[in-house]
Amino acid sequence: MARLSGLQREVLSLYRKCLREIRKKPVESRGNFRSYARKEFDKHLSVSKKDFNAIEYLLRKGTRQLEMYSSPGIRNIR
Amino acid sequence: MASLRTTSRLIASSRPLFRPASLARSYATVESGAQEPAPKVKKFQVYRWNPDTPSEKPKMQTYELDLNKTGPMMLDALIRIKNEIDPTLTFRRSCREGICGSCAMNIDGVNTLACLCRIPTDTTKESRIYPLPHTYVVKDLVPDLTQFYKQYKSIKPYLQRETKSEDGLEYRQSPADRKKLDGLYECILCACCSTSCPSYWWNSEEYLGPAILLQSYRWLADSRDEKTAERKHALDNSMSVYRCHTILNCTRTCPKGLNPARAIAEIKKMMAAH
Repeated sequence: MARLSGLQREVLSLYRKCLREIRKKPVESRGNFRSYARKEFDKHLSVSKKDFNAIEYLLRKGTRQLEMYSSPGIRNIR
Repeated sequence: MASLRTTSRLIASSRPLFRPASLARSYATVESGAQEPAPKVKKFQVYRWNPDTPSEKPKMQTYELDLNKTGPMMLDALIRIKNEIDPTLTFRRSCREGICGSCAMNIDGVNTLACLCRIPTDTTKESRIYPLPHTYVVKDLVPDLTQFYKQYKSIKPYLQRETKSEDGLEYRQSPADRKKLDGLYECILCACCSTSCPSYWWNSEEYLGPAILLQSYRWLADSRDEKTAERKHALDNSMSVYRCHTILNCTRTCPKGLNPARAIAEIKKMMAAH
């Protein structure tokens, strides 16, 4: 596999953080969370990998979303 | 009898109020009149960026308004654009009188509150409106101030005190002590000064910036606060205060006419004496 750029690694690490947070959620709702996280990433598949500004913005937005959804009060998602 | 007299006086006093009412009615139908003044059309260039299409580049959009039909302030122009021309234009506003600090933006190259900034009457030049510089943009003219508020929280902006007042009532202060807070308590945290500071642009992660330091000094200078030593200790590092290089952009731009640079100088003096 080709060596990844810094930005690509940041995106992957955000996705991994999401997966780790999902493991703290109740077992029965984990599937929902997983598909939601996956969908949020899939939404922006069309963004060109050279469009750094857009990717950086999406990373910031994703981090904010992750912070919000990782609160223990949120137990399920649809 | 007494009540009768008051009502009659009320009617008498309200009579002059009625007369301009008829004038106001003719004013409302002014558009039919022939003596309408020549339109003063001014161009406004506004920064637009939509987060829903992140791969589209931010762009400047031009709007034209007749200044005769617009209020005197930039905020009036923006509200009119949003109401009548383009409802997708996004900006923050609330009080429209310079007390909430919501409408801070960069107008013709100067950070200021849109509600306190007059529209330049020169119609040959266009006005350019941007969000606050060096902030992440949420949408159009709305900046992301998360970091700014986080830093504000970090200085503990509240009265810290262990001892109760002697009589169990409020904590009293001499007029001289209260006077020290003038020019500090008026700050509305609009972030105009912090975002105009080059030093804050490059070090916004660690340097607190003029607005937060002004607030910091507001609590250091408060005679009722008992944690002055702790507050000073928290600031005692190379980044928090000492990234201020007395550029004075903050003082120059403050829409409330405050002097954050002086407050920072006072902090530095306190730190040197300590």
